[in-house]
Amino acid sequence: MSGYKFENKAVQWFDDRLPLFTVLRHSTTDYPTPRNLNYWWNFGSLALMMLVIMILTGVFLVMNYTPNAALAFDSVERIMRDVNYGWLIRYMHANGASMFFIVVYIHIFRGLYYGSYKAPREVLWWLGLVIYLLMMATAFMGYVLPWGQMSFWGATVITNLFSAFPVVGDYIVTLLWGGFSVANPTLNRFFSLHYLLPFLIFAVVFLHLVALHTVKSSNPLGIEMKGPQDSIPFHPYYTIKDLYGVGLFLIIYMAFVFFAPNFFGEPDNYIPANPMVTPPHIVPEWYYLPFYAILRSIPNKLAGVIAMFSAILILFFLPWIDSSKVRSAKFRPIFKQVFWIFVLDTIVLGYVGSQPPGGPLVVIGQIATAVYFLFFPFLYLLGKIEKPRALPQSISAAVLKSEKA
Amino acid sequence: MRKFLLSTIAAGLLAAATPALAHEGPALDKQVWSWQGVFGHYDKAQLRRGWQVYHDICSNCHSMNLLAYRNLASLGFTADQIKAFAAEKQVTDGPNDQGEMYQRPARPSDHFVPPFANEQAARVANNGALPPDLSLMVKARHGGPDYVYSLLTGFTDPPAGHVVPDGMYYNRAFNGGNIGMPPPISDDAVTYADGTKATKDQIAKDVVSFLNWAAEPELDQRHALGVKVIGFLIVLTAMFYALKRKIWADVH
Repeated sequence: MSGYKFENKAVQWFDDRLPLFTVLRHSTTDYPTPRNLNYWWNFGSLALMMLVIMILTGVFLVMNYTPNAALAFDSVERIMRDVNYGWLIRYMHANGASMFFIVVYIHIFRGLYYGSYKAPREVLWWLGLVIYLLMMATAFMGYVLPWGQMSFWGATVITNLFSAFPVVGDYIVTLLWGGFSVANPTLNRFFSLHYLLPFLIFAVVFLHLVALHTVKSSNPLGIEMKGPQDSIPFHPYYTIKDLYGVGLFLIIYMAFVFFAPNFFGEPDNYIPANPMVTPPHIVPEWYYLPFYAILRSIPNKLAGVIAMFSAILILFFLPWIDSSKVRSAKFRPIFKQVFWIFVLDTIVLGYVGSQPPGGPLVVIGQIATAVYFLFFPFLYLLGKIEKPRALPQSISAAVLKSEKA
Repeated sequence: MRKFLLSTIAAGLLAAATPALAHEGPALDKQVWSWQGVFGHYDKAQLRRGWQVYHDICSNCHSMNLLAYRNLASLGFTADQIKAFAAEKQVTDGPNDQGEMYQRPARPSDHFVPPFANEQAARVANNGALPPDLSLMVKARHGGPDYVYSLLTGFTDPPAGHVVPDGMYYNRAFNGGNIGMPPPISDDAVTYADGTKATKDQIAKDVVSFLNWAAEPELDQRHALGVKVIGFLIVLTAMFYALKRKIWADVH
């Protein structure tokens, strides 16, 4: 403990027994944050807000949802029609999933651009990737719950991927399904896990924050804070900056909820699940599309599945793949270009994943997949050959210089 | 700051455009609908006409299981009118004190009584085709209301060389072109209670509006609340921005 004494005696009494106020002080007014964070650093707090919104709206949805294959679809429609403001809660939850992913993707790409994963922030980066993986699993199972056509067939296609693994594949699939096809037991276990995983995410987010507060925030210059002249306390500076970001973000989010609530959705999911009728074109939700494109680009099923999982798992090794000592793309002219090519490549993959396979898209998807995986060895070589621009002496020196100019 | 905003919006749109790009199919005959746009709302007189079209024509084959007669109150029908609509149909209720099921006229609290007892009965009466439930039809098709309008008005002669099997009809909006539904509407297919001239185009627009209401009955409330929420958020965000400028004044 810092030995700090609170003026309020009751606060001090409580804090001596549970150091809640000390922790709060430590992580707000005492917590040093680089003074030069730009608005791309807002997306972490936005992601936390989205997690809270998803859990809260989810809890209220569950009060009216029925996880049974015969009743699920109608229970969702009952929420939409007969539950007071049920449509609002459901649209906030459904669009919230997309918003959560948009925020997290920007957050991840920000980490990539500014080299935030480099020492000493490797574990922070890992925890972030674990959160991302848990989010993918949670969102996938959540999409199954309304038990529409795309819920059912999306679940069938994605769970079937596991059958590609030799020997254990079929057992895994049977275990996931709770039987020999996607049916009521599948819905029940997905519902159970969909309720459980967000709390695991919450726990990992807590660890993510503990790691963050240990190594402190990175910043656009990618150089460490060297003293009090480089930092400002998190509160009030970044609390208000984050709140401003929250305001802007909520305007966009609520515009979708109120005026285009089905924009991210697939119309087929308003048709009740029917195991006898396959929709002409099964697409996963947009946030999986780049990985879906990678999967389909590789003709061999097992190789495709391995490539798809590798595409995410390789990110765990990024702190060692990226051999450059310089963090921020600001000082890495070639990396900066390569970064944007990588971003563009994931968008191309996303587009390819959204389309029915065939024609020139197959080749485009294969090239984009190759570019995705070549990015990593290239990144390793680049760090050895690229000549970075001169780094500033310190954060405060750079800030003062830019203000004079 | 501006660059940041622009790039955020661009990234959002790119991400968002991906699902929107995924449709294909015959070109849609796009219409202007009263409920489109931020301030858009349903025209209740039109919804009542649309209900009449559904009641007189569509409901002979198509169910609307998610709607109850009481929901018609939001179209501006009186309680007595709604009771009368419901009472046209019989439903099975029970068991009564004697342990027997019995027939009674439907009540406003009952859901729309379907035209067929089950899927098999619907198929045998319709040449093997199943008339789909219309509760969510507008939301369940790419193109939404424009698609349903295009379908209702899309019955034409087939192009040269296109074979239409017996008992089917050609429809240029329908995937594959051959549809089991005969052309459901034509000029004066209904006589509107409010005296509106019942052209085919008018009937199609009215029933599509009604179907859109059936799929999104919350739309009027949603738009009205949305305008307030966004307005509030703009003011709140402006205040956050002012406060941010003030707090950061000594850092910059």
